[in-house]
Amino acid sequence: MSLRDVELREIEAILGHYPDTRAAAASAMQIVQRHRGWLSDQALADVGERLGMTIAELDSLATFANMLFRRPVGRHIVLLCDTFACWSLGYAELRQAVEAALGIGMGETTPDGRFTLLPIVCLGACDRGPAMMIDADLFGPVAADDLGAIFEAYS
Amino acid sequence: MSNLNSTGWERPLTRAMLSDGRPALLEDFRVGGGYEGLERALRTMRPSEVMSLITTSGLRGRGGGGYPTGRKWSTMPLGPDAPRPKYVVCNADEMEPGSFKDRYLMERNPHLLLEGMLLAGYACEADAGYIFIRDQYDAPWASLEAAIGEAEAEGLLGHDILGSGFDFRIDLHRSVGRYICGEASAMLNVLEGRRPNPRSRPPHMTGAGLFARPTVVNSVETLAAVPAIARNGIEWWQALAPAHGGGSKLFGIAGRVARPGCYELPMGTLLRDLIEVHGGGMLPGYRLRALIPGGASTSFVNAADIDVPLDFDTLREVGSRLGTGTVVTLDDATCPVGMVLNLVRFFAQESCGWCTPCREGLQWTAAILGRIEEGEGLPGDLEQLVEHAWLMGSDKTFCDLAPGAMQPLRSALRLFADDFDEHIAGRACPYGDNAAGVVANDGAGTAPEATGTTAGVDTGGSP
Repeated sequence: MSLRDVELREIEAILGHYPDTRAAAASAMQIVQRHRGWLSDQALADVGERLGMTIAELDSLATFANMLFRRPVGRHIVLLCDTFACWSLGYAELRQAVEAALGIGMGETTPDGRFTLLPIVCLGACDRGPAMMIDADLFGPVAADDLGAIFEAYS
Repeated sequence: MSNLNSTGWERPLTRAMLSDGRPALLEDFRVGGGYEGLERALRTMRPSEVMSLITTSGLRGRGGGGYPTGRKWSTMPLGPDAPRPKYVVCNADEMEPGSFKDRYLMERNPHLLLEGMLLAGYACEADAGYIFIRDQYDAPWASLEAAIGEAEAEGLLGHDILGSGFDFRIDLHRSVGRYICGEASAMLNVLEGRRPNPRSRPPHMTGAGLFARPTVVNSVETLAAVPAIARNGIEWWQALAPAHGGGSKLFGIAGRVARPGCYELPMGTLLRDLIEVHGGGMLPGYRLRALIPGGASTSFVNAADIDVPLDFDTLREVGSRLGTGTVVTLDDATCPVGMVLNLVRFFAQESCGWCTPCREGLQWTAAILGRIEEGEGLPGDLEQLVEHAWLMGSDKTFCDLAPGAMQPLRSALRLFADDFDEHIAGRACPYGDNAAGVVANDGAGTAPEATGTTAGVDTGGSP
């Protein structure tokens, strides 16, 4: 297997931003993850083939990054801020409510593959704490009663 | 068209923002004088004149360090013999816990950052800029992407900008989402596609930075301050806050206050006014105990010390730093030991692991704090914490991550000594299971704006 046409097109479009193809490594992995859901060993090999990088070089970034997934995740990523401002504004209660609503614990994926729940450090939304993100959408302040309606919008 | 809001005070950073929360795009930005600073510089000033303008203005870095911006720029090699290309990198990786201002600036006023980068690029005779932006900042990314497209179409970015002969491009680069990426040299490593360990210095980044070329790294708000200085001049800038070296600043207030949010105010605004006037004071039933004034790497300020102007130098008098200027309160229902534990756990998790004091020391410190909070503190634990705060102090680690982590810890050991003692002697957290102090569902933290919007910046109320 190698990069799909659409992946290749998107990666080629950013290579011109840099004097060195290696600089596109993280972005290229982000692109492939967007299309494949997660980064398998094969996905790293495919990216490495185009960028002239080894799997180990890519993995030193992928395993350090908190949003590059080296195992399968759900269709939607739920991020719950656990840092001190949100922590002091009801994080623990919100976490309990989210876990109950989704029926999973932190780090787990719902059996239907719809949601993966992950902790996240300060989202830069302290004035809206407790804050939560689903994919690219920021929510806050989130009350337990809001959760049903929020999750419903993500199929 | 008045330049003033109802208080008669001009807001160069937020003025173009729209009251409905949409990003201010080119047309909106130009109404308030957008790109006039760039035009003035390109048409009437040499790069060295722009640099000395910023140096003389006294502008200091707003990302936390407070380093004089012009002095940083002036260490870039200049002239025809300087190595090329040269870069301006904008640190838009807002990951310092308790900081929530760059998000608003980029999402709602994206052209201001572009104009600031262009001016920095012109002054430093640079060729290209990268905005290194936080992974989770999808909405700011979208605003900046749209703004870059508009600027390129209008000849404000690219080749021969406004017919001046100056070429400059700006690209967005998404972070991989780790706190250490905000350390400037680690940022350059990850921008090059390497694991983001900080680099040793020398060489300094302005000598050999990104791709081993001269590079200046500035934060979002620092760059966003530049256009107004270029457009209106130094006297005008300094008159915004005459007693404090001048200028305007984004301040934030969060925690159990009535109106949490981000506010553009004169440098030197009283901390008490930020909390009580702009933030609306503490929510009913809660008393202010202390606060973190500018991100997780700044020391706690006691509630008794809030009659202090928010400025780089003044906060040192109460044992802290301005940092990012976004305040998070600690109220009397929240366990201070629990809050420090949360902060130190963050730093322990985000250590890159490169140097031993940080990799080992932060884990150890978090473990000690964890057992104290759980009621299992041991005799000698406090002494160990004091020792670790010294061992991870300034100049004992590879970068500033661990010394930053020690600032809230060291101040907490002093300010909350009784709480630490009570945890250890009583073998329990006196706040019980309720360390974060939630009193039923009391609406704590409810902002005046509806969920799902990004309101909160005081834009003066007029569109």
